[in-house]
This record gives sequence, structure tokens and C-alpha cells, in this order.
Amino acid sequence: MNDWVEACATGDIDEEDVMRFDHGGRTFAIYRSPDDEFFATDGLCTHEKVHLADGLVMDDIIECPKHNGRFNYKTGDARGAPVCVNLKTYPVKVDAGKVLIQIG
Amino acid sequence: MTDMARGMVIIGAGECGGRAALALRELAYDGPVTLVGDEPHPPYERPPLSKDAMVSEAPEIKAIASEAILAEKSIRHIHSVQAVAIDRAAHAVRLSDGSVLPYDKLLLATGSTPRKLPMPGLGPRCVYLRTFTDALAIRAHLTAGNRIAIIGGGFIGLELAAAARKLGASVTVIEAQPRILMRGVPAEIAEIIHEAHVAEGVKILCGDGIVSIADDGKQVRIALAGGQELSADLAVIGIGAVPVTGLAAEAGLTIDNGIAVDAELRSSDPDIFAAGDCCSFPLAVYGGRRVRLEAWRNAQEQGALAARNMLDTGEAHAAVPWFWSDQYGLSLQIAGLSDEGRSTVRRDLGDGAFILFHLAEDGRLVAASGIGPGNAVARDIRLAEMLIGKRAKPAPEALGSQAIKLKSLLAA
Ligand SMILES: Cc1cc2nc3c(=O)[nH]c(=O)nc-3n(C[C@H](O)[C@H](O)[C@H](O)COP(=O)(O)OP(=O)(O)OC[C@H]3O[C@@H](n4cnc5c(N)ncnc54)[C@H](O)[C@@H]3O)c2cc1C
Ligand code: FES
Repeated sequence: MNDWVEACATGDIDEEDVMRFDHGGRTFAIYRSPDDEFFATDGLCTHEKVHLADGLVMDDIIECPKHNGRFNYKTGDARGAPVCVNLKTYPVKVDAGKVLIQIG
Repeated sequence: MTDMARGMVIIGAGECGGRAALALRELAYDGPVTLVGDEPHPPYERPPLSKDAMVSEAPEIKAIASEAILAEKSIRHIHSVQAVAIDRAAHAVRLSDGSVLPYDKLLLATGSTPRKLPMPGLGPRCVYLRTFTDALAIRAHLTAGNRIAIIGGGFIGLELAAAARKLGASVTVIEAQPRILMRGVPAEIAEIIHEAHVAEGVKILCGDGIVSIADDGKQVRIALAGGQELSADLAVIGIGAVPVTGLAAEAGLTIDNGIAVDAELRSSDPDIFAAGDCCSFPLAVYGGRRVRLEAWRNAQEQGALAARNMLDTGEAHAAVPWFWSDQYGLSLQIAGLSDEGRSTVRRDLGDGAFILFHLAEDGRLVAASGIGPGNAVARDIRLAEMLIGKRAKPAPEALGSQAIKLKSLLAA
């Protein structure tokens, strides 16, 4: 259940960027922060379920592509209209150039 | 001295009023907050009314804040009641149920209302779309085979046309101008939307005015200047909107294409603010040009800004206008005011998606209009919006080249 799943290689995501990762019928978003750390959240915006990976990463914020709802991708916290429901986050580790996420 | 127990009163429980009430609490204001709305619902989002939400079997309200959340935040929501007069000297608002609400600060967030078609012959089968109640009434007619005439080729009409087609209705759009989306949308983009509608079976008649309408309560007959006649089971009129300013005008506030406010959203009365669709305000990014916007994000941002300034933050409006529309699988986004542009640079993003960058004479980026499948243009439009906000003058070659990331221009 709590297995670590390989999402991508570290080089697949630019710094301050986001990538979509689908696994087991679910969608996740994997982030690389400006200071080169990796994070993971649910991949769909809690406002109208669009893919966050099409959005824009700025510092520790992911901005939804549809209506610019904002979340802190490190904590999942919703940061302003129109979103109010937080995102679920997942533990991430980097091992031998691979980004692994723990899907609970 | 003001009596702090009077608190904040917001007239209009729409996108802007709802956001303003929530923002006051987020700002830790702990006095009374009263939200007055003439609709029976809690504040809700209007954009879904003309889009996919329309298509569901039983459309529901997409609430900004449920009655439970409003109660939890001690926001008093008075619904189904209209504000009918403002007594500025007494700092009080009179409501249609006869009650009187005193205020310290008042926010007018009365929105806009559909522009009426000035023509005899309109009847019960000729309708407008603004509220959830309107949407439900229209939804009941969007069944397979029913003939829907849409008067006006603007966003609301076109989005509704797409929804109606999805439900199997036959749709004709009548637009008096030579093309659809004349206002604010470049011809190159309007053409793609036009083609998408035609491919889905919508009939679009441009450059043809209506000479007469006859509505007998069962069907509507429309005669066009070009000689064509058509009948429809329902005619939806979408020819723009006008700001709701009656209450403000009667109270003697300055009106100028909407309730005129300053950069802090203060009207000509320092204790009365106005925000959202109902107000006109100086837009800093374009040298203080006075505009009125009918856009969802503007209503949100101005609601929150008005709340801050009602608490005397003294913060000036600084946002760049932004608008989006969805039709079929296509999404359009526009940042800035394209009419400020003198030249255009195109950037292709693949899959048919592209962005037009509009540059002023001095090379400043003033707007960006993009269209494409899904959210293909979203990220670059957002970056363009930030460049516009910074009053950047990016090199046209860089804007046009897919190889150059817009994010790198922002850092420059
Ligand atoms: C069908 C539809 C689709 C849209 N789609 C988009 C879109 O895709 N993208 C986009 O950017 N924008 C869109 N918009 C525009 C967006 O919804 C508006 O800009 C936004 O709702 C404006 O918010 P507001 O609070 O200023 O006004 P409103 O949402 O209109 O709210 C004003 C409220 O005040 C009430 N009121 C008025 N006078 C009084 C009074 N005297 N007393 C009590 N209550 C009063 C009104 O009944 C209303 O409930 C759409 C609008 C519609 C109608
Ligand atoms: S879908 Fe993400 S903000 Fe609306």
C-alpha cells in the first residue's frame, strides 16, 4: 500500500517547474522548487479538476492554468480565490537520479 | 466619530460582494458584516451558467460560500431583498422589505444586467441569461431537436450555443456585426471559434440585423434585414450588459460608465465603495485610463481590494485585466486590453494553439490573446500578464520564437 513509486528522472523537470504523473488511475503533479527540491501533490485542481501540471510554478506556489487558483505545493494549502479546498501532498525522495513518491 | 457597531454593509451578493464579505473576515475584521442580495441563493459563480454546467441533467449552483460558511463566519446574508435607497447623511440603506441598515462603510457590488433588445414583439420565449434562475429556465428548452436562436455573437451567446449543441438542440446565432466577438477579440482568434461552431453544426449569421420579432408565447419568429426569416422555440438575447447603477445614481454618486471610483475603489462619497461589474475605475497599467470590466477575476480581485480599503489600507488597484472562455474543447484567454496594441506578434505553441502579443507603439507589451485546446495557452498567457504588469518591452523576435521561454523574459 505505502510503496514508493518511481515518477520520473530528476532531469525530467526543470527547476521551478511541474510535471504530470499518472499512476493506478490517479493523477499527480510533481514539482521541482527553485532551490532544487522535489514535491508531489494531487494532480487536479480542487476548484474544477483541471490538470495543475499545465499551470505555472513560482517559488513555492503552483498557479492553476484554468482560473489562476493558487496552492502552496509544499503544504497543499489553498492560497486564494477561487480555490478553497487544500491539495493532498505526498512524500517524495530522490534515489539514484529518480524521483520517487509515496502514494498512500 | 463613527459607531463601530454599524459595521460593513455590502449590496449585491454576487462574485464580488461574496468575495468582499469573506475577505473582511480573512482580514480579521470583527465588526458586523451584512451582505444584501436580491437573488434567493448564496453568492455563486456565474461562468458555469453558460458552459458545461448547463449541460448536466440537473444544474446546480456553484456556491462561493454556502449559507453554513457564511453563518460560521458571522456574515449576515439577507437574501431575496433589494436595497432601494441610500441615505448618505444618516449612513443607512433602506431595503425593499422596509428595514433600514446602518453602515460605517458601504460597498456597492451590484454587478451588471443584460442589455435589453430595444424592439417590440418580445415575449415569454425571448429570454436573457444572467442568473441561475435564468439558466434553469433556458436549460428546460435545450432538448434534442428544439430550435434555439441566439441573438448576439458574444461570449455568453456562443458558450450557450456550444452547450445547446451538446444537448442536441439546433442552434442559430444572429450577429449584426460583420463577425462574431468584435469587441476585444482579434479576428484571427474569432475565426477559429467561428469555425469550431460551424463544425459542430451551429449556424452563424453575421452582418444581418433583425427587423422584427414576433413571440406568440409558443414560438418566436425573427425577420432579418437580408430577407431571411427563421422561427425558434426559444430566443436567447446576449447583446452585452449594462452596469447596475440606479441605487448609486439616486444617492447622488458620480456615474461615468458605471459607478465612478478612484484607484482605491472609493466612490465620490468617501464612505461608499464600488467594485466589480458595476464600477468604472482608473487602470494603472494603461496610464489611468478609466475602464469598466465585466470579468470574473476582476470581480474577485476588486471585492478583496475593496474590503482592504474599507479597512483603510489605502491600497491602489494594480491588476492586469484577464478573461477566459471555454467552447467545445477550446479555451481562450486574454490578458490586458488588446485595443491598446498597434502591432501584433504571433507565437505558435503546437496543436494549433497560439498567442497573439499586442505591442504599443513604443514596444511595450499591452495585451496577449491566446486560443488552443485544453489549457495549452494558460501558462504563457499568465507570464504575458506579468510582463504587461511590469510594463516590459520584450523583443518581438523573442515573443515570436517558441524556442525562447517567456519565463526568461520576465527575469530580464
Ligand atoms: C452566463 C455568464 C457567463 C460568464 N462567463 C465568464 C467567463 O467565462 N469569464 C469571465 O471572466 N467572466 C464571465 N462572466 C462574467 C462574470 O460572471 C462577472 O464579471 C461577475 O459575476 C461580476 O461579479 P459582480 O459581483 O460584480 O456582479 P454579479 O455577479 O452580477 O453580482 C451582483 C449581484 O447584485 C445583485 N443586486 C444588484 N442590485 C441589487 C440591489 N439593489 N439590492 C440587492 N442586490 C442587488 C444582483 O442581482 C447580483 O446577484 C460571465 C457572466 C455570465 C452572466
Ligand atoms: S480549475 Fe483551478 S482555479 Fe478553477
